[in-house]
Amino acid sequence: MSEVVEEKALTRKDFVSDQEVRWCPGCGDYAILAQMQKVLPDLGIPRENIVFVSGIGCSSRFPYYMNTYGVHSIHGRAPAIATGVKSANPDLSVWVITGDGDALSIGGNHFLHSLRRNVDLKVLLFNNRIYGLTKGQYSPTSLEGHRTKSSPMGSIDYPLHPLSVAISAEATFVARTQDNNIKHLSQILQRAAAHKGTAFVEIYQNCVVFNPTAWDHTTDSDVRDDNILYLEDGKPLLFGKDRDKGIRMNGLQPEVVNLSEVDEQELIVHNESEDNPHYAYMLSRMEDPNMPLPFGVLRSVSRPTYDELLLDQVEQAVEQKGSGDLEQLFKSGDTWTVE
Amino acid sequence: MAENPAVSEAFDHEHPADERRSVVILFSGDSGDGMQLTGDQFTNTSAVLGNDVSTFPDFPAEIRAPAGTIPGLSGFQVNFSADELYTAGDSPQVLVAMNPAALKANLGELDSGGILIVNTDAFTRNNLRKAGYDANPLEEENAFGEYELVKVPLTTLTRNALEDIDSLSTQARDKCKNAFALGLVYWMFSRPLENTVRFYQTKFAKMPDVVEANTRALKAGYNYGDTIEAFSGRVRVPSRAVVEPGVYRRITGNEAVVYGLVTAAQKAQLPLFYGSYPITPASPILEGLAGLKNFDVRTFQAEDEIAAMCSIIGASFAGSLSATASSGPGIALKSEAINLAVVMELPMVIINVQRGGPSTGLPTKTEQADLLEVLFGRNGESPIPVVAPATPGECFFYAVEACRIAIRHMTPVFLLTDGYIANSSEPWKIPDVDQIEEIKVGKRTDPEGYQPYMREAETLARPWVVPGTPGLEHRVGGLGKQDVTGNVSYDPEDHEHIVKTRAAKVAQIANFISPLQIDGPEEGDLLVLGWGGTYGAIREAVTRCQAKGYSVARGHLRSLNPFPSNLADVLKRYRRVLVPELNMGQLAFLLQAHYVVEVEKLNKVQGRPFQIREIMEKIEALLD
Repeated sequence: MSEVVEEKALTRKDFVSDQEVRWCPGCGDYAILAQMQKVLPDLGIPRENIVFVSGIGCSSRFPYYMNTYGVHSIHGRAPAIATGVKSANPDLSVWVITGDGDALSIGGNHFLHSLRRNVDLKVLLFNNRIYGLTKGQYSPTSLEGHRTKSSPMGSIDYPLHPLSVAISAEATFVARTQDNNIKHLSQILQRAAAHKGTAFVEIYQNCVVFNPTAWDHTTDSDVRDDNILYLEDGKPLLFGKDRDKGIRMNGLQPEVVNLSEVDEQELIVHNESEDNPHYAYMLSRMEDPNMPLPFGVLRSVSRPTYDELLLDQVEQAVEQKGSGDLEQLFKSGDTWTVE
Repeated sequence: MAENPAVSEAFDHEHPADERRSVVILFSGDSGDGMQLTGDQFTNTSAVLGNDVSTFPDFPAEIRAPAGTIPGLSGFQVNFSADELYTAGDSPQVLVAMNPAALKANLGELDSGGILIVNTDAFTRNNLRKAGYDANPLEEENAFGEYELVKVPLTTLTRNALEDIDSLSTQARDKCKNAFALGLVYWMFSRPLENTVRFYQTKFAKMPDVVEANTRALKAGYNYGDTIEAFSGRVRVPSRAVVEPGVYRRITGNEAVVYGLVTAAQKAQLPLFYGSYPITPASPILEGLAGLKNFDVRTFQAEDEIAAMCSIIGASFAGSLSATASSGPGIALKSEAINLAVVMELPMVIINVQRGGPSTGLPTKTEQADLLEVLFGRNGESPIPVVAPATPGECFFYAVEACRIAIRHMTPVFLLTDGYIANSSEPWKIPDVDQIEEIKVGKRTDPEGYQPYMREAETLARPWVVPGTPGLEHRVGGLGKQDVTGNVSYDPEDHEHIVKTRAAKVAQIANFISPLQIDGPEEGDLLVLGWGGTYGAIREAVTRCQAKGYSVARGHLRSLNPFPSNLADVLKRYRRVLVPELNMGQLAFLLQAHYVVEVEKLNKVQGRPFQIREIMEKIEALLD
């Protein structure tokens, strides 16, 4: 550990592995990979202490391309594997790379429980509202009516809202960003890395082959500013190309108001550290076409992490009972001696 | 002496005792009657006196099945002996029946001439109806002609003894009737009361009136035996004459697994990570380890079986000794992740405490029907070593060995036990910790020439390199890969090569395990070959047949994958091979496939262990 001082600072290149990247040309994953490789050197974490764990899906190839420790595991199980990694060695910086199918369908259970335990993991969910690796079936975030190879007459499933699910599962850090919004993506990755506990980030990711229009409303320069609400802690909820629109409460509902008609004082002021999750949940349900989509950190609260608590109990047990002694253990209870 | 039975001599002049070499007692009552505790206490006291003991607890899957019914019964059979014991006994010579259901369900098992102790207070019209009796059998003349019937109004006598303990409700006082029954049985078999009194004092330390009530009921039961002369005579089972010197305790298979895992972690100087999801009959392992955090044990109660398995893969990747336990249905859920462990070639131990299947099956009953599941229940070519202890005590040794194999050969290892050895107990000679060999862990830290799937020549194990090691960053996963580099590869040659290499790696473990030992003639007419928890019944049956003059040999496999290297040779030396199993013939199937031999089968799938006589009958039929 002390030798790190002498080492020269890491750069983006130190995080690029020797494996050829095999995503489709134009895939949003490239941008996320590049930002990750750019952000990591600034975090001051020794490269050998970083572990990427993924499940199955296009996004889950991610660890192969990072020159860190990595596990490309099985479908949906990355949070459970990462929990084992972090519990065995809490000094590690552990990242989970997952997708909408991996996290919310086959791996839903592990996703929920890693969040509620607040294991110190960074979970990046690449949401493209489609199954890409299996070539285009609807996913648990596909919209109603979405026509795909497995839903030729339109999907009859109601979609899940990843941020809402995370908040309901007691997540302590919940954020949203987008693959091509490079500056914002980079900021959010840094915020996630800095959070102690499970940091959940939904990244809108473009599948150029099977669902290329999913995020047009947040990427198209004509409309995106009217559809995205950038959250800033302590600032009012303002959005729009001319930042002339805001959100205020009307009874129990948030509503969009025009600043030419309403005083800024009436707008909701963002508070990401609000302990009660109601507010963050409300934000997570804001959806187009009536409401802008919140980008940024919806919720960031502090709570002891699972791995900390686990090791605390080990320490506590040693303090109370002394370091384990096998002979004493074996002889606890009734014994008898044969001469 | 009657005033102070706690310090009474083992037998006295007024009531001289007959001497017997061994006795089997079955305590049976409602699952709320405290039968497990009662049996446990009798066993402990007998073990401390120097008897060999073997127990068979038998309880319903339901926590409180309807009181008074046969499905609601909880039984505890204990065999205690002046000689070495291998099973809990085929059938009891003493039956303690706490209610009509216990009588109805177990009377057929009681040996002719056996002693039958019944709680007459429980023979109410309602209880008789629930047990399926039209009339009270205790009132029928000669209904129990072949037995010695001892009618005891247990509830009334207990109430009388505890009359003045006002702080306890009648219900709480009635609960002490099992202590009364235990006291009576202690009298019958000339056992001292101290151990149990001490147990009450510890268990109910915060409730002095409960200690007093139980102690008083226990003594009252003892004195009752002394006073009424209900029995034709007391029985004395002397201590064992020849026992290896040492300090002993009782141990169940599940406890032994807990101790084995903790010992292995200490011997490997690694933290132990244990990820598990509660399931009968494996949960006591999770509970046991959760209480041992001061041994740097990290227990993780996962959200499901899959997560439990995945968590131990993560912990192993990060450098811990890691383990999980489950039973058949849970192993089925884990199987995809187990395959990831096979491909990642990381050390970990997966314990399957088998129960009756398929599906949910018989959760609290025993069976050996998961052998083929652990060998073949996964997609693709997926070799995993399998070790199976034969007795509760062996679970300790083989838990350590499973960890040793896992680390030395860099592979997941199955430890296959069953509900019978997991829950039964036997005396265990406490091992000298210093005599247990260290487990060598050679985690690699040298980046020079490192490749993730480079291999040791002797074991074909790949290096264990854990995150936090500078310069050895690497990625592993479930995709097809090239040997040595570990790079993703779909190349046909690469795939075949690594599949064969994994198979060879597991096969080579045969060079590290003990050959199969044979008890009896080196060659001849019949070899009885077993595995797992049927050991006791097979051993006793073969020993008795040998004593009757039959030429029969016996072997017991502890390694089911790979088989010991001398097995092929051993099989050839006998004209016939008999394989008794609590399944439809899974080991027999494997032997036929591996060695192209004819195998005689003896199979039982009733959720119960073999009786000695069942195996003897088969042996005799084959040899007569």
